[in-house]
Amino acid sequence: MTETEKHILKEVAALDALPVGAYNIRSNGVSAARNTTADIDIVTKEDVSGIDIIIKPGTKNQSVHIPVIISESGLKEVVYNDFFIGADCDVTIIAGCGISNCGGHDSRHDGVHSFHVGQNSRVRYVEKHYGEGTGTGKRLMNPTTVVHLQDGAYMLMETAQIAGVDDTLRETKATLAENAMLEIHDKILTDGDQHATAKMTVDLNGKGSTCDLISRGVAKGDSFQEVNLAINGKAECRGHAECDSIIMDRGVILATPALKAECVDASLIHEAAIGKIAGEQLDKLMTLGLDEKQAEDMIVQGFLR
Amino acid sequence: MLELKHISYVVGDKVILNDVNLKTDDRFVAITGPNGSGKSTLVKIIMGLITPTAGQVIFNGEDITGDPINVRADKGISFAFQQPVRFKGLRVGDLLKLAYRGEKNVVEACEILRDVGLDPRLYRDRELNDTLSGGEMKRIEIAMAAARGSALSLFDEPEAGIDLWSFQSLIRIFEALYAKTAGSILIISHQERILNIADKIIYLKNGTVECFDERDAVLSYIAAVQKKEAQRA
Repeated sequence: MTETEKHILKEVAALDALPVGAYNIRSNGVSAARNTTADIDIVTKEDVSGIDIIIKPGTKNQSVHIPVIISESGLKEVVYNDFFIGADCDVTIIAGCGISNCGGHDSRHDGVHSFHVGQNSRVRYVEKHYGEGTGTGKRLMNPTTVVHLQDGAYMLMETAQIAGVDDTLRETKATLAENAMLEIHDKILTDGDQHATAKMTVDLNGKGSTCDLISRGVAKGDSFQEVNLAINGKAECRGHAECDSIIMDRGVILATPALKAECVDASLIHEAAIGKIAGEQLDKLMTLGLDEKQAEDMIVQGFLR
Repeated sequence: MLELKHISYVVGDKVILNDVNLKTDDRFVAITGPNGSGKSTLVKIIMGLITPTAGQVIFNGEDITGDPINVRADKGISFAFQQPVRFKGLRVGDLLKLAYRGEKNVVEACEILRDVGLDPRLYRDRELNDTLSGGEMKRIEIAMAAARGSALSLFDEPEAGIDLWSFQSLIRIFEALYAKTAGSILIISHQERILNIADKIIYLKNGTVECFDERDAVLSYIAAVQKKEAQRA
């Protein structure tokens, strides 16, 4: 693995070395390393590019890492990864994609992930997107995540795009059966002339299902962010969507929460707020010795933590 | 140590401070006076949060009137806000570590919370957002000022917005701070018990210093003023 690839692996998956447990590291369109365990199998798809990750029922305290690295300028790929998680599992899945583009051609990774989470299973899914490189070619990522939670299943999604992605459309669709619960914590930072769109649609189909969608965004420079959070309550359920953004420089943010209740016992709430960094927040940190730029950076870092 | 020369602050045709002159190197000075007398404006001018329309702020013999807030902080002035500022995402430990100039790690830095009656283990990772009560925020704010251990610590009405039980411990905090710290304290307060531990008191009224003297002299002056006002009423 080259130094660039190692660096990207650290950025997107916090890995210094090969991880423990199951993993599949995809580098420039091919599988660079893979490990399976007795409980977690990884199988290459035959019809399209991508893998199936099959987790046996009852698998607990195990993890799967599936980072993607692109360091060849001009590489474009669409990858399908399907997760089949049996009942009564408790697993952590670390995904993420990093593009280093030092060339003149656009590099693009479109990852389509689908999750079939069995009854009463718990899944923590972490996905980081990161771009770097000095080339004029763009770094583009369009992740699609489809989640199906069966009865009593719980999934926590921690998704972040912190730097260097020029254009992104992030789509998440979820369906929840009885007593299932979905939490999404999404963070986006855009700068320069970057463009990011995040669309989340959650169907609360089962009685007692709940979702909590929290989106935090910071738009700097001339960047543009669009966030759509939609919850459809189709049964006795609870849904909460929160969209909180900091706008800086000449950034533009469009936040559109949407709630649809199709059942009289559906209880849905949304909150949306966009504002600049409060002057008193800068003042406070300056009284602790930071200059204005350092104070601004600390506030943004905390907000996107 | 601190000298204010001809400080005025005027907004439109409203005079908030009018030619304030002060010189002090006392350990514990309280500023008191009626609401709207310009107390908060005065301490904010010392910290650099407000720029005066006229006059100079001299600190340790140096004119700091043009210095930004952080430069004054580096030179040894700290400030505890009357209404502590809330942050989404930043934690108690982050700000305390910063208050110690990064010289202590988060765990060590949070030990100071014990002095304000909070358990460090419970508060270290709490976000400084609206899940903390006004009283909790206030204690953390005071802990931050104490952590900095500045040559001059400014407190803008530390007792405002806290309950009576918290107030009792607040007095103890200031007594301890006074005993422990080598620096000076300048504190805005209406509370007799805080005024009673001050070396000197500044009595501010209508934007001017009416009286600045030893504690007992100023307390007698205020009592006489209040008596006169009561008779007039």
